[in-house]
Amino acid sequence: MNFFSHFGAYVMMIRDMFHKPENPKLYWKEFMHQCVEIGIRSLGIVCIISVFMGAVSALQTAYQISSPLVSKYIIAQIIRDTVILEFSPTLICVVLAGVVGSKIASELGNMRVSEQIDALEIMGINTKTYLILPKVAAAVFTIPMLVVLSMVLGVLGGRMTVSLAGIISTDTYDKGLIELFKPYNVFFGLTKSYTFAFLISSIPAYFGYNVKGGSLEIGRNSTTSVVVSCVVVLLADYILAALLL
Amino acid sequence: MIEFKNIVKRFEDKLVLDNVSHVMKSGMSNLIIGTSGSGKTVLQKCLVGLFEPDEGDIIYDGKSFTKMDDEERKLLRQQIGMLFQGSALFDSMTVQENVKFPLDMFTNDSNQQKLKRVNEVLERVNLIGANKKYPSEISGGMKKRVGIARAIVLNPKFLFCDEPNSGLDPQTSMLIDKLIYDITKENNITTIINTHDMNSVMEIGDNILYLKNGKKEWSGNSKDIIFSENKNLNEFIFASEFLQDAKQMRMMELKK
Ligand SMILES: Nc1ncnc2c1ncn2[C@@H]1O[C@H](COP(=O)(O)OP(=O)(O)OP(=O)(O)O)[C@@H](O)[C@H]1O
Ligand SMILES: [Mg+2]
Repeated sequence: MNFFSHFGAYVMMIRDMFHKPENPKLYWKEFMHQCVEIGIRSLGIVCIISVFMGAVSALQTAYQISSPLVSKYIIAQIIRDTVILEFSPTLICVVLAGVVGSKIASELGNMRVSEQIDALEIMGINTKTYLILPKVAAAVFTIPMLVVLSMVLGVLGGRMTVSLAGIISTDTYDKGLIELFKPYNVFFGLTKSYTFAFLISSIPAYFGYNVKGGSLEIGRNSTTSVVVSCVVVLLADYILAALLL
Repeated sequence: MIEFKNIVKRFEDKLVLDNVSHVMKSGMSNLIIGTSGSGKTVLQKCLVGLFEPDEGDIIYDGKSFTKMDDEERKLLRQQIGMLFQGSALFDSMTVQENVKFPLDMFTNDSNQQKLKRVNEVLERVNLIGANKKYPSEISGGMKKRVGIARAIVLNPKFLFCDEPNSGLDPQTSMLIDKLIYDITKENNITTIINTHDMNSVMEIGDNILYLKNGKKEWSGNSKDIIFSENKNLNEFIFASEFLQDAKQMRMMELKK
């Protein structure tokens, strides 16, 4: 299959995903379950990455701004803006493409290969709606929250580092944070995270749902899905920046 | 009743089903027999729509399945139970949750009623005390039985079983056969069973379709098989000397 037939099939899958649930209660339960799987289970990795991301960007920004002519609290602004605009939405989503994406792709792939999807289909259940929609919805619901958390932790990580490394005082850092703060940046970061959340859940779902063959294919498809998701996230990142900034 | 006419199915250029027509009757156990790779599973999957046949028509109780749209198929499928060759249990759910799943999805019964029904069918398939186990923790034969329990829990009108007793010991095999046979008679179900188990053929073969290389080679019931002159069928069914002898004995009995 070439790129266009994959893309067409992907769009069709998204369309078929929206069907009336046979039993809303069960779909709700599945949605909640996926929120735990996708959101809560990624909490640890998101926290670790965010704190380090803030800390490292603090050290590197301080290193680059060595001129005595520039006021030091600029460091805070730079950390704030890079974290909110790029690091939190994009980096976190690329990492989650690996964590969440491979989980979705291999779960669905396994269900496909062991005929569990066929079994659901035979019962008269719309498998695209039942299996994919709750996952995508849970991702779109929880991942932006994780990104907001990551923004906060990133900025705090930077704050901790500047004071520990003796670059600037926390008071100067806080002053820099408030200065020239544009709420639009948060909006932009969130727009990105909603877009990425949709992509990194639906693309692996597409690959997992359409696995053909055996368990070898499950692994292969899950790797492909992560690679494709990452590339598409970066592409979307570029497009959104070009459109919205 | 399920009637199908001139079913043709190809995979790429490989012809798997070649113009197969037959009628599966209600209240009977309809058997599809044939060597490994003869197309039994593919035929069953065509009948339920998991594969689209390239040609031919499938008719459920007078309504053309081939012409139905997705919604109509979904409604029909709520009356279909299917046991897959590999059981296809949901491995994130326990035995009890597996069997209860169709009830959760399609009924508004109370949890208590649903559990009662689940235990009823689990008892029928002789599986008590495994309710809380996961599919990975039970044996292949137990999985088969859970698969059957899940397939019959909603009292289907059409029951498809792909090799319900492959991999089971003869005794359990017979139990499963008898169970499927009994519920078929009790509820007047149209049951379709893929098998290459000679015991099943002789014991529950009301209406047998013999496939060879994707073609219909022979059809009839378990009595007809004994007297059939079809060479391929005889070689397939009475493969061993032991079975040849059994055939002679049965022949004499029936002639008496
Ligand atoms: N999805 C598929 N893609 C391509 N070929 C297939 C597919 N499924 C089955 N076949 C081919 O169709 C033929 C019939 O297979 P089928 O599974 O129906 O055999 P069977 O009669 O059920 O055998 P068994 O008794 O071993 O289960 C085989 O030659 C197989 O290679
Ligand atoms: Mg088979």
